[in-house]
Amino acid sequence: MDPRLITAIIVVVGVPAVLIGYIILTEQILRPIPDRRRVTLRPWLWLLPALLFLAVFLIYPTIGTIIHSFQNTAGTKFIGLDNYVYFFTSPSTLGALKNNVLWVILLTLLTVGFGMMIAVLVDRVRYETVAKAIIFLPLAISMVAASVIWRFMFLYNAPGETQTGTLNAIVGLFGLGPFPWLQIQDFSFNTILLIVVMAWMWTGFCMVIISAALKGISAELLEAARVDGANEWQVFRRIIFPLLLPTLAVVATTIVITALKAFDIVYVMTGGNFDTQVMAQSMIQEMFTNGNFGRASAVAVVLLITIVPVMALNIRRFQAQEAIR
Amino acid sequence: MEERTNRRSRIAALIAGATLLAAACSSGTASSSPAASSGGGGSAAPSAAASGGASAGASGGSAAPSSGGGDLAGQSVTVIGTWGGDEEKAFHQMVAPWEAQTGAKVAYTGTRDLNTVLTTGVASGVLPDLAGLPGPGQMTQWADSLKDLGGVLDVPTYTSETAPALVKLGTVNSKLVGVFIKTAVKGLIWFDPKVLADVGTTPPATWDALQTYITTNKSKAQSPWCLGVESGAASGWPGTDWIEDIVLRQAGPDVYQQWYQGKVKWTDAAIKTAWTTFGDVVKNSFGGSATVNSTNFANAGDPLFKTPPGCMFLHQASFITGLGGFKTAKSGTDYNFFQFPDINTQYTGAVEGAGDLFGMFHDTPAAKSLMAYLVTAPAQDIWVKIGGALSANKNATDYPDDISKRSAAILTSAKIFAFDASDLMPTAMNDAFWKGIVAYIKDPSQLDSILSNLDTVQTSAYAAP
Repeated sequence: MDPRLITAIIVVVGVPAVLIGYIILTEQILRPIPDRRRVTLRPWLWLLPALLFLAVFLIYPTIGTIIHSFQNTAGTKFIGLDNYVYFFTSPSTLGALKNNVLWVILLTLLTVGFGMMIAVLVDRVRYETVAKAIIFLPLAISMVAASVIWRFMFLYNAPGETQTGTLNAIVGLFGLGPFPWLQIQDFSFNTILLIVVMAWMWTGFCMVIISAALKGISAELLEAARVDGANEWQVFRRIIFPLLLPTLAVVATTIVITALKAFDIVYVMTGGNFDTQVMAQSMIQEMFTNGNFGRASAVAVVLLITIVPVMALNIRRFQAQEAIR
Repeated sequence: MEERTNRRSRIAALIAGATLLAAACSSGTASSSPAASSGGGGSAAPSAAASGGASAGASGGSAAPSSGGGDLAGQSVTVIGTWGGDEEKAFHQMVAPWEAQTGAKVAYTGTRDLNTVLTTGVASGVLPDLAGLPGPGQMTQWADSLKDLGGVLDVPTYTSETAPALVKLGTVNSKLVGVFIKTAVKGLIWFDPKVLADVGTTPPATWDALQTYITTNKSKAQSPWCLGVESGAASGWPGTDWIEDIVLRQAGPDVYQQWYQGKVKWTDAAIKTAWTTFGDVVKNSFGGSATVNSTNFANAGDPLFKTPPGCMFLHQASFITGLGGFKTAKSGTDYNFFQFPDINTQYTGAVEGAGDLFGMFHDTPAAKSLMAYLVTAPAQDIWVKIGGALSANKNATDYPDDISKRSAAILTSAKIFAFDASDLMPTAMNDAFWKGIVAYIKDPSQLDSILSNLDTVQTSAYAAP
């Protein structure tokens, strides 16, 4: 039998068996303990395996990465802040940092903005499911495949040749172009085009979450507002939008993190040329191309530090909400 | 009731969001974990390479050269290489007789990201039995992980059949760790003999003669040159071949060698002149710089075959005959080549070549047997006959047409043989070189800043780890 099939069977049968076995085991351990302590102890025992995994696969590597970021190329000697000095003085990594800022701002605005707009609009039509499915579809495509598709959109052929790129074929109909879209560095135009690709993929995600929150808003509340004479814009502005805010915060956080992780699209479409490089790609480059573990770790740490405040804000919000309930 | 559903769906939305967040966050950190986890292995490889012959366990157990036989039946050899598509098919045809003879199997995986796969592999110890290696520069850095092929191959036969320069390139600290499975001649200039008949019989002997020829025959094509440097993450490499060919013939083999060894600065006049010479080609290329940067190297030559022709010449290695428009064109009647002309006649006869190196990470009996088989003339003849490849083995002569026979002859008769300089540079340098080419094509006025940036990379890339 194919070894992969055996692995699959082991996973499908084995994982639930181990889980059930673990629960039975914890009950065995808890049996001699008095009732009241048992209640407080049980959740911790259930959490234990997850915490162990977290420690091994998340906390240990994170600490390791931080240590590495203060070491030399091969990780044999501590060199102080050199790797960070490199990061904040090299034009290519600074460019990556600048591009990532653009990614975070623009991608969040585009996906959350369009996601909310579409969610609110399709809420009022009969073919809602179909419309939502179409918007959601790109998220199911792998990043690399999406990048390949969009490469054809932005394709550039020599002037005078048949333009096989969709965009250049369209502008050609109006007698314009062709434009080498992905090579236009002015105002980071090419980076913006790459962000559009990501937005095309992630708008569906925002829409689905926001739409779910929208369905949760009580119809009576909206009805009452309308009876009181509020127009549709006021209903949206004063009632729907404030009620959606917590959801928007969660969605926006997810997108901010997605933007910071942007890699595939840049790697496939421009390879980081024409000033489109991003931090995740600088990290891969330092790590695998240049074999510089220290610098790669420094980039990783900077990425981590950028994400922490966003996460903290989100957790705080979540806790505040729980407190209200 | 209404209130409860409201709250419940909001909680559901929050949980869904939080779960995705956690997933997003954990995968973000996971991608940085190789940096951390490779503390031991990763640091060991480069530092040991620096200390030279400290290859204790590495070459152990390379006992008697294996002879194919029934004892290998049912075994399998894992191989990783960069070949895909037609090249992958050719490789499979090449190993088919060995599989039939021994009963063992070759499990081949093709990847364009070979360097990444092997870098992590060397650090973690998870490696294939045999692997294509990105270049001699990278091979040297992995010398300790690679097995000594001295006891695996029939060394006297191998050295007698292979060009000495290539044998030397596969040797690190007198340990043979890499062999060339296939080779290519770089710096060939391709043209359509139907458009330019005279150039085939009397090719321009010098770069200046070529320029004169271009000026007098301007009307025969839209532009003098075809050029395309797009190649995914490796975009820019066809331009590095241009610079290398120019440096080799303009400044000579000595400067060429010092340059890839990191002893000549990029801002050096010799190197800068090569860039500006290349800049003239870019200026005179089909479609201009935007087209050059967006055209894949495989299709760069397609305008040669257009009517009216888009360009007169394409500069590319011998393997182009297996790619793009060349695949359907007829060798000899639709396309032909001449060698890159001399720039400084002092260095006449210099040839640049490249090749696919192969090394062994695990010395299982089946892997040793396959390795020994791959370099033999009969095995090499199989791929050579399919086309698109030259053999490093002089006794593999089954070339399908006159063109490949001629390019193979160039390789074996070269007076000065120079290996692809960018492949000999440290990977970080090579990568920066590619990116520099793309930036230069985009904006030639930035040359000085591009070169000084390459100097900065040079300083750190060649430094001992």
